[in-house]
Amino acid sequence: MDIKEFLDQDQKKDLLRLLTAGSVDDGKSTLIGRLLYDSKKLYDDQLSALERDSKREGHAGDEIDYALLLDGLKAEREQGITIDVAYRYFSTSKRKFIIADTPGHEQYTRNMITGGSTASLAILLADARKGVITQTKRHTFLASLLGIKHVVLAVNKMDLVDFSKEVFDKICEDYRAFTMTLDIPDITFIPVSALKGDNVVDVSSNMPWYHGKSLLEFLETVQVNADYNFDDLRFPVQYVVRPTLDYRGFAGTVASGVIRVGDEVMALPSKKKSKVTGILTSEGEAQYAFPPQSASFTLVDEIDISRGEMVVHPDSIPHVDRHFEAMLVWMDETPMDSYTQFYIKHNTHSTKARIDEIKYKVNVNTLEKSKIDHFELNEIGRVVVTTNKPLIFDPYKKNHKTGSFILIDPVTHNTVAVGMILDKIDSSHLSANITDKEKEQIVKSGSLITAEQREKRYDQKAQTIWITGLHGSGKNELAYALEKELFDQGKTVVVFDGKSVRSGLSRELDYSPADRAEHLRRVAHICKLLNDQGIIVICSFISPNEDIRKQVKEIIGENRFKLVYMDTDIDFCRKNDNYGLYKLADDGKLDHLAGVDEQYDVPERPDIIINAGENGKGLERILGEI
Amino acid sequence: MNEYTINNLRQLEAESINIIREVAAEFQNPVMLYSIGKDSSVMVRLAEKAFAPGKVPFPLMHVDTTWKFKEMTQFRDAYAKEKGWNLIVYKNQKGIDAGIGPFTHGSKVHTDIMKTQALLQALDKYKFDAAFGGARRDEEKSRAKERIFSFRDRYHQWDPKNQRPELWDIYNARVHKGESIRVFPISNWTELDIWQYIRMENIPIVPLYFAKERPIVELDGNLIMVDDDRMPKELAMMTRMRKVRFRTLGCYPLTGAIESEADTIEKIVEEMMTVTVSERTTRVIDFDQEASMEQKKREGYF
Repeated sequence: MDIKEFLDQDQKKDLLRLLTAGSVDDGKSTLIGRLLYDSKKLYDDQLSALERDSKREGHAGDEIDYALLLDGLKAEREQGITIDVAYRYFSTSKRKFIIADTPGHEQYTRNMITGGSTASLAILLADARKGVITQTKRHTFLASLLGIKHVVLAVNKMDLVDFSKEVFDKICEDYRAFTMTLDIPDITFIPVSALKGDNVVDVSSNMPWYHGKSLLEFLETVQVNADYNFDDLRFPVQYVVRPTLDYRGFAGTVASGVIRVGDEVMALPSKKKSKVTGILTSEGEAQYAFPPQSASFTLVDEIDISRGEMVVHPDSIPHVDRHFEAMLVWMDETPMDSYTQFYIKHNTHSTKARIDEIKYKVNVNTLEKSKIDHFELNEIGRVVVTTNKPLIFDPYKKNHKTGSFILIDPVTHNTVAVGMILDKIDSSHLSANITDKEKEQIVKSGSLITAEQREKRYDQKAQTIWITGLHGSGKNELAYALEKELFDQGKTVVVFDGKSVRSGLSRELDYSPADRAEHLRRVAHICKLLNDQGIIVICSFISPNEDIRKQVKEIIGENRFKLVYMDTDIDFCRKNDNYGLYKLADDGKLDHLAGVDEQYDVPERPDIIINAGENGKGLERILGEI
Repeated sequence: MNEYTINNLRQLEAESINIIREVAAEFQNPVMLYSIGKDSSVMVRLAEKAFAPGKVPFPLMHVDTTWKFKEMTQFRDAYAKEKGWNLIVYKNQKGIDAGIGPFTHGSKVHTDIMKTQALLQALDKYKFDAAFGGARRDEEKSRAKERIFSFRDRYHQWDPKNQRPELWDIYNARVHKGESIRVFPISNWTELDIWQYIRMENIPIVPLYFAKERPIVELDGNLIMVDDDRMPKELAMMTRMRKVRFRTLGCYPLTGAIESEADTIEKIVEEMMTVTVSERTTRVIDFDQEASMEQKKREGYF
C-alpha cells in the first residue's frame, strides 16, 4: 500500500469516543498506555522522555510506567493521581479513537460525568481479585445515567488469579445481576492483564477458554452509528447568516433527524411553517443534512427565526414547556443555594431557571434514594425545574442534544450543575410546593416601631383575610365589599386579587401548579410585610391547593391569618362567570382551571364559611371575626 | 453503515464549526489568533465555512515577534489580501525599541516579551473577550486536559484548578467585564488530522513545511535556518545548504528544521509515520524547564 492509498483509507475511518474510568490501583492508566503503545502511536521522543520520567517519579519499578504518559499536570503527577479529564488520541487501521480518561474515586464523580458526556462507549475496570466492588457499581450507574449505550467491563489483573475462568465467570454473573435494573443495552466482558498485555491488543494464549475478541479488536468493530436518531428532526438555530439583504441562512448542528430541500418545517416556539429551499454543508450545496453534520439552510418565506429557536418537522414536535423534571449533577465546590435563579443553557438557548423541588438524591454507591434540601459537590438527584422562557426539549434518553442542559451561577458564572431531562410529566403533576426553606427566611425587621404600636395608631388588628373558592364564587365581590366597609369604619386596608397581582408582580408566571405556588408565595410575603406595617390585607385567590394554603398561613403567621371559604357549587359559579373562563376550559383552550381540569381542595378547617349568594350576611360574620 | 455517515475529518470539522459559531454568537468582541502555521490555516478555513456564504464576523490577529521567517510574513500578507480578511498585525513596540531578540536576550526573554507580553497587550488594547487559538490536545501533556473554552481572569491567567466543567457540546460563555475565554476549536484534532484536512481541502500553507535546500546552521543540535542578516556572523559563517523542512513554524532562530526529502503532503505524512519525532520537539522554547508549557499557560501564553 502506498502512502496515497493509506491516506485515502485513513480519511474514511470513523471516529469512536470512549470513556475510561478507574483509579490508579485498577491499572486503568496502564491499560490505556498499552493501547496507545501497542497501537504504535507513541512517538519515540515521548517514549524517551517517559523513560527519563519513570526513573525519577515512576511507581512501576524499573519497567516503563505507562501511567506517566497520561498524567499531564505537574501537581497531579506529584500526587500520583489523575485529577481532571485527559483526552487521548489514537488510531488503528480500522478506526480513530478519542479517549476521555477520568479518575475513579467518588470525589471525582463530576470528572467522570464530564468525560462521559461525549462518549458512546465506556470501558470500566474491575480488579479480578476484588470483583464487582462499590466503585464498579458507581461507575456503571454514572454510565447509565449519561445514557452510554455500550459498556465494556474489562476484568483486569487476570494474571494475579492464574487466568482463572471461574473467577471471571463469577464477576460477570455478579455484574449482570447488578446491571439488571440499569438501562445499558450492550454489555461486553473481557478478561485482561493490562500489565502483561493479555487480551488488550492480541488475544491471549493464557486464557484459551476465552473465545471473545481482544479489547482493541472489540473497540475497532463495535457498531455505534446506529445510536444516532435519524427520524425526529431537531435543528437548534445557532446563528443566522445574513451576507446580503435577500439571503438568510439558518446555521447550526443537526441534533437529530434529517433535513431535506423541499421539506415542510416548523419553527418553535413560534409554530410558523415554511419550506426548505436550500442546504449548505461544509462540503457545499447539499440535498440533505443529518447528525452530526453542521449545516445552514434557507426558507421560502421570510419568517423570523433567531438563535435559540428550533426547527422541526410538523409531524414530530418536541416538548415546549417551562416545567420539567431532570436528573441533576452538582458540579461546584459551593453547595446549592435554593434561592438562586440560575442561568440555564440548553443547546443554543439561554434563559433563567429555578429548582422548585429536589425529589430525592441518589446515593451513587448504593443507588438508594433519600430526601435532601440542597446539593453538595458530586451529588446527584431528581429535581423539578421551572424556567423563565420555555425550553424546546426531548427527554435525554431519547435525544442527548435536546435533553441536556447546564446551570450557570449568576454571580460567579461557574457551571455549577448539569442536567438530563426526564420524560416529561404533565406540568399539573409537578411540584406545587413552596419550599420548606421559606420558613427560615422570615427575618425580624430593623424598625424602631413595633407592629403593636402601628396597630394602636391605626386602631386595628393587622391581619390577612384570605378568601378562597372557585372562579365565579363571588370572592372578589366579597373582598371589595369588605374593603369598603372597613374603609368606611376608618381602617387602613388593601385588597389583592389574581388579576391585579398577575398583571405585574407575577407577570412571568403561568397557571401551572409550580408557577401558582410561586405566585402565591409572593402574595403571602407581601401580606406579611403589610401586616407588619399594621395594615389589613384582603386576598381573593382561587388558591385551590390545601398544602399551599397551609404554607401561605405559615408565612403570614397563624394568628394573623383568617381563611374564608366560599362554599358554592360549580353550577352557581358557571352562571356567575363574567369572564367566560369555564367555557374556554371546556373547549380545551385554557388549562389548570380549578373545578374543570384541576382539583379544588375544600379547606379542612376554614375560619369562616360563606354560602353561595349570602354576601351581605357573610360580610357581617367576617366583621364579627376580626 | 448507511447513507448518513460522515468520516472522522468531517466529524471533527462539524464539531469545530459548532464551537466557532457559538463564540461568534455569545461574545461581544472575539478575535481569531492567526499564527500563519498549518493549524491556524485549518482553523481559519473552518471559520470561513462556519459563516458561509457570509464573511467571518470577527477579525484575525497575528502577533508578530518580528523574528518570523520571511516566507511566513509574505504568505500572510498575500493570503490575507486574496481572501479579504480583516487582519490585525500586532507588534510589541516597546520590545522592538529595546532591541529584544532571541540572539541577544535568549529564547526565554524574547518569547516572553515579544510573544506573550505582546499578545496580552493586544488583547487589552482591543478589549477582546474571546480569542481563538489553534492549540491541539495531542501536542503536549498539559494540553491534554485543556478545556475548549478555557477561562482566563482579568490578568489573562490560566488556573488549572479553576476551570469550568465542559459537558456535551454546551459551552459556558459567561464572563465578567475584563475576563476572557481562550477558545480552542481544533482541540480534538491530531497532527495527522490536520495534514489530512489540508490535503482534502487543498488549503494553501507556507512553503517552509515542504523540503527544500535551505541555508542551515547547527545550534545545540537544532537545525536553524539563516533567514536574514540578524543571524550573528560567527554563526552564519557555518551555514551549509541542507535539504530540510519545518514541522512547526515560529521565530526562525527558535525553530529547528528536520532533514527531509518530503516535498508533498503525502510524503510529509509518510515521513511522519516512519520517522518518529513528535512535532513540538523542534520548537526550542518547550525545553526550558520541566512542564514548561504549563508554566507558560499560567502566565498567559496559550
